Amino acid sequence: MKVELRNNKDFWAGIMFIGTGAAAIFIARDYPFGSTMRMGPGYFPSMLGGILVLFGIYVMVIGLLRNEKIQGRWSLRALIVLPLSLVLFGVLMKHAGFMPALAVLIFGSAAAGREFKFVEVLLLTVVLAGLSVAVFIWGLGLPYPLIKDF
Amino acid sequence: MELLGNVIFGFSVALSLQNLLYCFIGVLVGTLIGVLPGIGPMATIAMLMPLTFNVPPVAALIMLAGIYYGAMYGGSTTSILVNLPGETASVVTCIDGYQMARQGRAGAALAIAAIGSFFAGTVCTLLIALFGPPLAEIALKFGSPEYFSLMLMGLVAAAVLAHGDMVKSLAMVVMGLLLGIVGADVNSGIKRFSFGVYELADGIGVVVIAVGVFAVGEIISNLSDPEERQVFTSKVTNLFPTKEDLKQSFGAIVRGTAVGAFFGVLPGTTPAIASFSSYMVEKKLAKDPSRFGRGAIEGVAGPESANNADAQCKFIPMLTLGIPASGTMALMLGALMIYGITPGPGVMTEKPDLFWGLIASMWIGNVMLVVLNLPLVGMWVSLLKVPYRLLFPAIMLFSAIGIYSVNNSSFDIYLMAVFGILGIVWRMLECSPVPMMLGFVLGPMVEENLRRALQVSRGDPSVFVTRPISLGFIVATVLILIVMVLPAVRKRRGDITD
Repeated sequence: MKVELRNNKDFWAGIMFIGTGAAAIFIARDYPFGSTMRMGPGYFPSMLGGILVLFGIYVMVIGLLRNEKIQGRWSLRALIVLPLSLVLFGVLMKHAGFMPALAVLIFGSAAAGREFKFVEVLLLTVVLAGLSVAVFIWGLGLPYPLIKDF
Repeated sequence: MELLGNVIFGFSVALSLQNLLYCFIGVLVGTLIGVLPGIGPMATIAMLMPLTFNVPPVAALIMLAGIYYGAMYGGSTTSILVNLPGETASVVTCIDGYQMARQGRAGAALAIAAIGSFFAGTVCTLLIALFGPPLAEIALKFGSPEYFSLMLMGLVAAAVLAHGDMVKSLAMVVMGLLLGIVGADVNSGIKRFSFGVYELADGIGVVVIAVGVFAVGEIISNLSDPEERQVFTSKVTNLFPTKEDLKQSFGAIVRGTAVGAFFGVLPGTTPAIASFSSYMVEKKLAKDPSRFGRGAIEGVAGPESANNADAQCKFIPMLTLGIPASGTMALMLGALMIYGITPGPGVMTEKPDLFWGLIASMWIGNVMLVVLNLPLVGMWVSLLKVPYRLLFPAIMLFSAIGIYSVNNSSFDIYLMAVFGILGIVWRMLECSPVPMMLGFVLGPMVEENLRRALQVSRGDPSVFVTRPISLGFIVATVLILIVMVLPAVRKRRGDITD
């Protein structure tokens, strides 16, 4: 029987745990370990890392034995576009002001969905912009300039 | 009559104009998101938490709690009227609730759900008032070994009872603990896992993780499934249940409340488990089980009482011991810490207004829900006509503004994006993120107590089993683990959670 790894749910979960645990141990080497009586900052993370690696090995082995597939569909488009529009929001908040950041985030999010109707999204942006300025800038007094000079 | 005095004090706090207002906002928002599928209480609380940082902690917590139990309430409305559970806890309500609606008894179903929830809410408010103080009294005597063992028990129980594979859930707890210790170490000041990024020196914000995993992750996951939403509204005619209805449901409401309260104090159980269990109980006890699935009123009364009782009793371990029993409670615990309040038994003595005010507000909130819901049912249902494609950009925007406003930091927004991606990866690999949240919130406390316990015992780990209370927790932890690996239980556990 050929074991398919690419779609093996538990195999990848195991790899994730092993990787995270090993990374924790590796990074924690730089912190004083101390002793059980006087635990240094490296003690607890190393311990957790070790436990995580053990769990990971178990999960991975189970994955190889059961070979269960990853189920459910997922949209690659949403997975890329949504985080990307968040990052743009962060950048624009810093350098361009509240309004550009808001508009880009709404358009970006909407573009991540299946249906994108330009006029509808434009209307949504106007409504949400009005609402946000009223609630966050005027109401709660958050100190964000609506638009910054470049 | 110390209890009476405390309760009166609680009401005097909760009835202040400001607190009433926040309670109202909380239950209103809660009902709203309860009605809308695709956004849960966890994501909403995380999203709104940053906005409450400049109001007093009592008002903020009252509002956050209102969102939580309001959502349970709103979820039942859509289950009954349109066969669409707004929250997972309301899935069972669909079975008989929607059948009742199709038989023209929507009004009775809604009313019984409201009465059941209200009864459960009242009983649980009393339970918290009764058992809170003695529990906190015991907990005040805990030293660090007891605390460590208690947290260990809580985390293991949460992982074991959580939906999904047990070992993966335990691994997710450890993952959460690791994420929790990111940032400066209290004892040495060394910045751990901060990769030289100064924003990470203070650790990762609880809201950032929660919004990332639960709001962004959920949206990505929703966008991956084709949108299917058909709304058939049944007319609500007679809101008043008949005498016969009330007689039939009374027992179910009482039993549902008991089931919910029991599951409520167990860490890791979700209101969905409570409502499923209650449905099973009612079906078993019924003289004619074949009525179930065809509009049996007990099938609405029991589960609706159970999920409300569960939601409210989750506050007992959180407020008295500082142990979060669910993801939402982990968030509330995080909120407490942000307000500068150390969670644990001290809350009751140091912040009595917070404890008793919150409890009294839950009862007031339940009254508001009854008043708010029954007449406004039509409005809530019409909200379902808002398509998801208009909803999720708004959720994204409010989440992003909320997160940004905490530290005025773009870095937090980037982190939120990262956790959104992690959220979807975890979902794909079927690694439950809720145990991770509990681990994350408790991480620093677990380390601190472990460290202190071993320091006092001079490095001797037997300290955890020689002190009787600590030993009790350890034994309980081991028992939970043993019981769960027994094949028979393993199989049945699958039946309940799936």
